Amino acid sequence: MSPHLILRVISKLLIPLIVVFGLYVQFHGDFGPGGGFQAGVIIAVAVILYALIFGMDEARRAVPPTVVRYGAAAGVLIYAGVGIATLLMNGAGEPLNFLDYDALHPDQGHHTGQHYGILLVELGVLTTVSSVMLAIFYAFAGRVPDIPDEEW
Amino acid sequence: MNHADLTQYLDYLLIAMLLAVGFAIVRLRNLFAVVMLTGVYSLLCAAWFVSLDAVDVAFTEAAVGAGISTVLMLGAMLLTARESEPAGAGRHWAAFAVVAAAGAALFFAIPDMPVYGDAESPANAYLGRDFMERTPQDIQIPNVVTAVLASYRGYDTFGETVVVFTAALGVMLLLGFGSGARRKDEEED
Repeated sequence: MSPHLILRVISKLLIPLIVVFGLYVQFHGDFGPGGGFQAGVIIAVAVILYALIFGMDEARRAVPPTVVRYGAAAGVLIYAGVGIATLLMNGAGEPLNFLDYDALHPDQGHHTGQHYGILLVELGVLTTVSSVMLAIFYAFAGRVPDIPDEEW
Repeated sequence: MNHADLTQYLDYLLIAMLLAVGFAIVRLRNLFAVVMLTGVYSLLCAAWFVSLDAVDVAFTEAAVGAGISTVLMLGAMLLTARESEPAGAGRHWAAFAVVAAAGAALFFAIPDMPVYGDAESPANAYLGRDFMERTPQDIQIPNVVTAVLASYRGYDTFGETVVVFTAALGVMLLLGFGSGARRKDEEED
């Protein structure tokens, strides 16, 4: 019987819920409090909780540090990519503006382009923030062995 | 009117709890308890921000202050001792004088501050009101904070994302990439 059985079972139940809540915060950011930054932190916390309960090796197997490194850069590239896309997609005669989301969609009456732009940009923020938080945690926690039993 | 009075007492209660937790953090020597209490401090701050209607800030404070920085402090604590060094017993009168003077100056400034929630205060009157009025036409999303953050100030948020990325880059360059125990052994030579 492994130690901390109750902790393991409860956190196994909780971690998917934490991730789902993070996604809710991400995609509901237009309507309620929250957004990419908060959602990124919440999703990173879910993985960190997994690492605390099941050990660093298990967490590294679930979310490899390589993925985290690429993710941190990918988020910035998504954000910058939206900016470049708005530059390229702007119609003729209109002034070219970096991150002018209205260029993303022709429906100016309902500002659909704004909604697309905000969603994409928040996705970039989510990717970078969750990866960065995990990268910092891996960098710290990779230097010490797993928490010994008497520390619990 | 009664509603306003009740929230006011909630604010007093939260600030009193913040003070108590702050004193406990200063007095305690057990670092594990200190780390946990800083988490409690952040959570109380978040509750107070909710009471001030700053829900987005409260959300960030709860997620970052109470959540992730507590975990990072625990990780840092594992690298050091569990107890802090005993502080010197002497009285620091110069420090006390500086703190007392700064506190007195802050109390002196209170009457000049606008009333909480005053629509004519400088923070609310000009740019804030402009964004509140323009967001329904320009962006058409209900959360003005998100509209300002991601669209009006999209350039700034891009800069912030780059700053967060740079922070990770700095930590990874200083502490290693945390990709295995092998690297740790090499560094300890």
